[in-house]
Amino acid sequence: MKNISKKFLFVALGTLFVVVLAYVGCNQSKSSLSGNEAERVYVAPGNYDEFYLFTSGGFNGQMGVMGLPSGRHFKTISVFSQNPETGYGYSEETKAMLNTTYGFIPWDDAHHPELSMTDGVPDGRFIFINGNNTPRVARIDLKEFETKEIIEIPNSAGNHGSPFVTENTEYIVASTRFSVPIPQSDVPISSYKENFKGTISFIKLDPQTEKMNLEFQIIVPGFDYDLAHAGKGPSHDWAFFTSYNSEQANTLLEINASKNDKDFIAAVNWKKAEQYLKEGKAKTVDAEYYRNYIDDKTHTAVSQLNKQVKVLDPKDCPGMIYYLPTPKSPHGVDVDPTGQYIVAGGKLATVIPVHSFDKMIKAIEGKQFDGEVNGIPILKYDAVVAGEVSNPGLGPLHTEFDGNGYAYTSSFISSEIVKWKLGTWEVVDRIPTYYSIGHLCIPGGDSKKPWGKYVVALNKITKDRYLPTGPELTQSAQLIDITGDKMKLLLDFPTIGEPHYAQAIPAEILMKNSQKIYKIEENGNPYAVKSEKDTRVERKGNEVHVYMSAIRSHFSPDNIEGIKVGDVVYFHVTNLEQDWDIPHGFAMKGMNNAELLIMPGQTLSIKWEPKKVGVFPFYCSDFCSALHQEMQGYIRVSPANSNVQLSYSLGK
Amino acid sequence: MKTKSAVLIAIGALILILTFFFPLWTIDLDAPQYPEGLGLRIWLNEISGLRPNDLQNINGLNHYIGMKVIEPDAIPEMDIMPYIMVFMILFGLLNAYLRNKNLIYIWLILFVILGAIGIYDFYMWAYDYGHNLNPNAPIKVPGMTYMPPILGSKQLLNISAQSYPSVATFIILISILLNVAALYIGREKKNA
Repeated sequence: MKNISKKFLFVALGTLFVVVLAYVGCNQSKSSLSGNEAERVYVAPGNYDEFYLFTSGGFNGQMGVMGLPSGRHFKTISVFSQNPETGYGYSEETKAMLNTTYGFIPWDDAHHPELSMTDGVPDGRFIFINGNNTPRVARIDLKEFETKEIIEIPNSAGNHGSPFVTENTEYIVASTRFSVPIPQSDVPISSYKENFKGTISFIKLDPQTEKMNLEFQIIVPGFDYDLAHAGKGPSHDWAFFTSYNSEQANTLLEINASKNDKDFIAAVNWKKAEQYLKEGKAKTVDAEYYRNYIDDKTHTAVSQLNKQVKVLDPKDCPGMIYYLPTPKSPHGVDVDPTGQYIVAGGKLATVIPVHSFDKMIKAIEGKQFDGEVNGIPILKYDAVVAGEVSNPGLGPLHTEFDGNGYAYTSSFISSEIVKWKLGTWEVVDRIPTYYSIGHLCIPGGDSKKPWGKYVVALNKITKDRYLPTGPELTQSAQLIDITGDKMKLLLDFPTIGEPHYAQAIPAEILMKNSQKIYKIEENGNPYAVKSEKDTRVERKGNEVHVYMSAIRSHFSPDNIEGIKVGDVVYFHVTNLEQDWDIPHGFAMKGMNNAELLIMPGQTLSIKWEPKKVGVFPFYCSDFCSALHQEMQGYIRVSPANSNVQLSYSLGK
Repeated sequence: MKTKSAVLIAIGALILILTFFFPLWTIDLDAPQYPEGLGLRIWLNEISGLRPNDLQNINGLNHYIGMKVIEPDAIPEMDIMPYIMVFMILFGLLNAYLRNKNLIYIWLILFVILGAIGIYDFYMWAYDYGHNLNPNAPIKVPGMTYMPPILGSKQLLNISAQSYPSVATFIILISILLNVAALYIGREKKNA
């Protein structure tokens, strides 16, 4: 008896213990993870991620380079924003990249990274990103992971629907969010309906030089143009642009632009536009805009001011553009891998409308029109719609594809990703996101051949997901496995700035081309020194040029005298290293400018205007070697009227 | 001598042409900061890096410990060695034609002596680089010298150096063996 009761006591206590443990466990774990999620995202030390992920920096004007599945951050590419960390936008070689017709602008709002494509598949040559605030498009080289070109877009305001590429990167498209008076003029804002217009721009990527050129613009009714995607396969010749505010309101848009039952997707036949361009249907109009590019030889930014642009008017170009009626202020427009379905994210709609490309062509041929706007025929909704996805969540915004017949739509208001089947339009799965997802990204998910392994949720709000950091919290993405029938949350990870959109590409496509150094013998910067023997200091009036070299672990020269208050001193620093991952920094006490971070074989220049008499140190700011702390020098600054001769030395 | 021997001698001479296209010796360096490795290749007429900037980077590292800069143009032996090799090739071809046993012995002895001198010279250069250090070097480790190994592997501070003969050296050895074989096949039988 005694034994039995003891046994019973043990069992009872054990059960209680398990129950308590389970209760505590449930309470402590916010997530409902179970299984091998940790293993799925763990990239062991020294191993590589499977994908590169490029995230837009949003209001920081930059681009993040990260790895999937780990979510590790590798680099921040400076694009539209000055970066004192590297000297981008401060150095003489990069300043001109940020020139606009409004002068130098140190910032922009960067939303949509878009990889260059060949045959509708990301090819790893370039990634483009838009500047939303002062309309621009940047081209980033993926050998160097550096911004190589920025083109300004005239007759545009709020370059949001950009930069989406056609199937072979023939064009990079851009549509204006704000309609504005074109050309700009001093008119009452209330004259919106008569004076304000929108534009859709086609930037050509020259296949030989790989440089951008604003080939033509199409003038369109004064709506807000939101997002875009080019067609592929059968729809290769077309590009699609969402618009809202077909009400043409100029104030309190949240009410006034939400009235119409349907707004439009503009379907543009760019092949036809090219034809009209050839036939001379375009008007050449005055419009100033900059194109800034890094010269291949000198590695120095050049600003080119263009003064005219060719503009096509739909009235003169029948068959070039049609409107597809689309419910309730559509946001994203995404084309499935077959090029057949055009999916709209009607952000206030209760369904996701999917247009059929074939039906669209038939409707055009059969002239199934429902009126027109400024010469643009409106196609009948029923004649073009392929189907509607019911119960897609609240606030559907964007859709990406896995290449296996499924689409994934982000729903902002209900904070979830909804998986549905193309063709049957039935929702098959849904998963919550934390919180308020905007875009989403499947590697190659807007291309002809998605690598449909993961979907990344790009969220707007993080609230309680991370350790709090005062009022401003981290921005965040979430990695979700989509290889099974059920989507499975694997990882939360912070991003830089605001990750509006992101694109991912298999690591092996980029890794093998990633550049290690700049070859010193190919350095064509006019201020470069090819060896220490060429280092010198030259005076031209009150301008002093210091031709300096940096190599482990010294600058040459490192003692400079004869600089005077009132001089304008340019340090041209060449990193003579030809060894991978050995940058040198250049930091000067009291310089009202940034530092320089100079890659092996590169030359960068920075301007210093000494204001005080004394001896001032400079040093290497990147821990380069065992004797990094010895990598330093002095500059003597004498009064403006001093007779101290210009002199320089190293090791004397 | 038999034709067979003459053919072996001719082949032995002709394969020496390949020594112009392959390195004689390799020195490979590994260090924690160089997971991809650094390497030197010693040729008849030059010293090169395994990859485009390896020589420059090795010189860059060497300056910390006061080693002299390796300047291939400043090594006079590298100007002479190609001529010596051309001479040995022509000498070999002449032997194939003349089939004179004594001349073949001379060729063999000469080549072995030249090879020995070559390796001794290599040793002397390595000794000089490793021992004659700049007294103002930033890094001075008491008692430490940096002579790279001639054969085998050696740890020099953070760098592990491995030194081994390479293709051209093996070609020379094969050439010598072919001549020895030619002599053996061509030996006159006493009772014939």
